[in-house]
Amino acid sequence: MDWFMVLKAFIVGGLICVIGQILIDKTKLTSARILVVFVTTGVILGGLGIYKYLLEFAGCGASVPLTGFGNLLAKGTIDAISEKGFLGIFTGGVTAAAGGIAAAVFFGYIASLVSKPKIKKQ
Amino acid sequence: MKKVGNQSFLLSNPVKIVSTASIVGPKEKEGPLCEFFDQALEDEFWGEKSWEKAESKFIKETVNMAIAKSKIAQTDIELCFAGDLLNQCISSSFGLREINIPFFGIFGACSTFVEGMILASMAIDGDFATNVVCASSSHFCSAEKQFRFPLELGNQRPPSSQWTVTGSGSAVLSKNGTGPKITILTPGKIVDMGIKDANNMGAAMAGAAADTLLTHFKDTGRKPSDYDAIFSGDLGYIGKDILIDLAASKGYNIRANYNDCGVLIFDKEKQDTHSGGSGCGCIASVFSGYIYQMFQEKKYKKVLLMATGALMNSTSSQQGESIPGIAHAISIEA
Repeated sequence: MDWFMVLKAFIVGGLICVIGQILIDKTKLTSARILVVFVTTGVILGGLGIYKYLLEFAGCGASVPLTGFGNLLAKGTIDAISEKGFLGIFTGGVTAAAGGIAAAVFFGYIASLVSKPKIKKQ
Repeated sequence: MKKVGNQSFLLSNPVKIVSTASIVGPKEKEGPLCEFFDQALEDEFWGEKSWEKAESKFIKETVNMAIAKSKIAQTDIELCFAGDLLNQCISSSFGLREINIPFFGIFGACSTFVEGMILASMAIDGDFATNVVCASSSHFCSAEKQFRFPLELGNQRPPSSQWTVTGSGSAVLSKNGTGPKITILTPGKIVDMGIKDANNMGAAMAGAAADTLLTHFKDTGRKPSDYDAIFSGDLGYIGKDILIDLAASKGYNIRANYNDCGVLIFDKEKQDTHSGGSGCGCIASVFSGYIYQMFQEKKYKKVLLMATGALMNSTSSQQGESIPGIAHAISIEA
């Protein structure tokens, strides 16, 4: 295993989360809005071709956070446009992200079957 | 009943609070007031399938307990005023559907409990009823779903947010019998400070609290030191400080004998409850548990109980509306 890569992934992924934490603590943005900000930022950085450098540098540290999901939407759309033309604008993003979306629904459902929500401790 | 000043009412015959009952959840059980509640549960579901069902059970059992303690036959209780935070007040109406007492579902957000006591006092002093039961409840888990995000989302709470109390309080008010007496009512006006942050309701309600408090003093000619204690519920830490400052700016120093039920119910440091407790169940359980007990032990002779409510819902928050506040006060004397 490339431990240096693991370290880079940890630092970059962690820093992305730190930005989220600062937004929670210092702004009045609700968590839903922060999620949207992250996805949109990922789309913009992906569309401008900047996010791929972060992916090369940090791997999962850049692909797992929500900005990575945004990047995937942008990349999928760009690829689909070059394959299918105009229609790709509409099909590309969700097709590329299908794995993540379907897995989220599937595992969310499985989790709801085997667990029960509890009160927060803090 | 006689109107005094602009918006206060002096009862011709003081209404007795003959019994109270309080039931709270696990977080409140760990709090500093645990010993004063009639019942503190380990399980926030209380054996039910949903938090909403649990909250209904809270209010049902609390009302039953308060009536049992009052030694008044259930059939002799003529009216019930109850409310909660869920859409269309379902905790109260579902919880109390078998109670068989004419029922008024009321909504005043966290001010509901005192709103009910004011209406009950008017009904009794106006000779419409002899015995009336009041109650309100809230549940952290159902309130988070109602006003913010479902707990399943695993959302973080910002530092200014208050913690909705899981609990219920109930009081039986009567023309006869013994107990602390409600003597003066000061129902409050809606005051909007322009605060839009649903996570900072203490600040949104402080203006209404100041309005009602100062009106009460002006109407009655009383001053803060006339009371052994003044309790608001539930401004939390942020709203409490704002109210102290607002009162001071009008020449009333309430620092010495004023506290907030949302501040009292949790230990901020140990329990990480951010700005303190809130919810219909907060002032209801703190009054029915702690404050009523202090009257029984003769530690208090005169208390001003002022419940504050943030009159918003999740749709108004999403549409960017500000949060109007309200505060209702009653003077309770031994």
